Amino acid sequence: MFPTELNTCKMKNEALYNYVLRLGDDSLILGQRLGEWCGHGPILEEDIAMTNISLDLIGQAMSLLDYAGELDGQGKDHDALAFLRFENEYRNALLVEQLNGDFANTMMRQFLFDAFRKPLYEKLTASSDVQIAAIAEKSLKETRYHLKHTSEWIIRLGDGTDESHQRAQKALDLLWRYTDELFSETEQDLKLISLGIVPSMSEIKDQWSKTVMSVLEEATLVIPTNNWQFEGGRRGIHSEHFGYLLSDLQYMQRAYPNMKW
Amino acid sequence: MSNRDWPLWEVFIRSKQGLNHKHVGSLRAPDATLALANARDVYTRRSEGISIWVIESNNVHASDPTESDSMFEPSDTKVYRHPTFYDVPDGIKHM
Repeated sequence: MFPTELNTCKMKNEALYNYVLRLGDDSLILGQRLGEWCGHGPILEEDIAMTNISLDLIGQAMSLLDYAGELDGQGKDHDALAFLRFENEYRNALLVEQLNGDFANTMMRQFLFDAFRKPLYEKLTASSDVQIAAIAEKSLKETRYHLKHTSEWIIRLGDGTDESHQRAQKALDLLWRYTDELFSETEQDLKLISLGIVPSMSEIKDQWSKTVMSVLEEATLVIPTNNWQFEGGRRGIHSEHFGYLLSDLQYMQRAYPNMKW
Repeated sequence: MSNRDWPLWEVFIRSKQGLNHKHVGSLRAPDATLALANARDVYTRRSEGISIWVIESNNVHASDPTESDSMFEPSDTKVYRHPTFYDVPDGIKHM
């Protein structure tokens, strides 16, 4: 290879590493959050449903972080990336690390995320990078179900009793401010878009908006106006809840390095 | 049952093509759509099925267990209803 080609390849790998790491971290952290419901669900059926979704997300995180480790080329596997990074090295969006709150809050967080993930995975199945395309294809089936499940719940909570409506609206008011960050793009991403490896976020946002508007309308919920949009997670700047989540997530590997079970 | 409680649903799963849906258990859900979703999450997470039916338990009419004497015992003495009184000729396969 010519030095310039080698350089382009290195740049591409680095850009792709950062992209895949973000996908993997979103799945990992949201999976960890949902897992906190295990044994605490409002009903047995929903307890199982939430932990099923959690396990789907953690499975996706394993594939994505393994691939990130491969692109990084320093011999890190999914465990090394999941358990042995510091807080500011995680690239998940702020939305997914927010506290579970009540059931309406957890469903709203999941719904806003699923509505973003589904069109993203749909586009990524056509990625010129075969590995991304394969991971997206497998994950898409799971994500379609997650979105269906959360949409059904948002409609029932929003258009349900006075109390469920009020709680769902409160959740939307709280979480809406974290949605813009899902669609942020870096300079490096633009390169990946031009190579046909990843889609442009403006396409994803259009589809996200359509899904969100139609479900929220059916749920009789109102999108908050004048809502400042937060960002930071994509740059490694997280909310105060994140350290506590990591201490749960990382405890075993930190206390007993290299332990397996 | 007060109105705040969700109705009970009976769940039937077909484990593979060609087999019947079989009763596997019950669950609670506010409506049929969520009953199917719950059934999927509770009863098919280890690849147990390819099709699910849910039926509101209220709609199941069951025989009365106290009448089982008159319902079922009479047939115990009618062994001739089993097709075991025929001699199967030698050389017949797939019997």
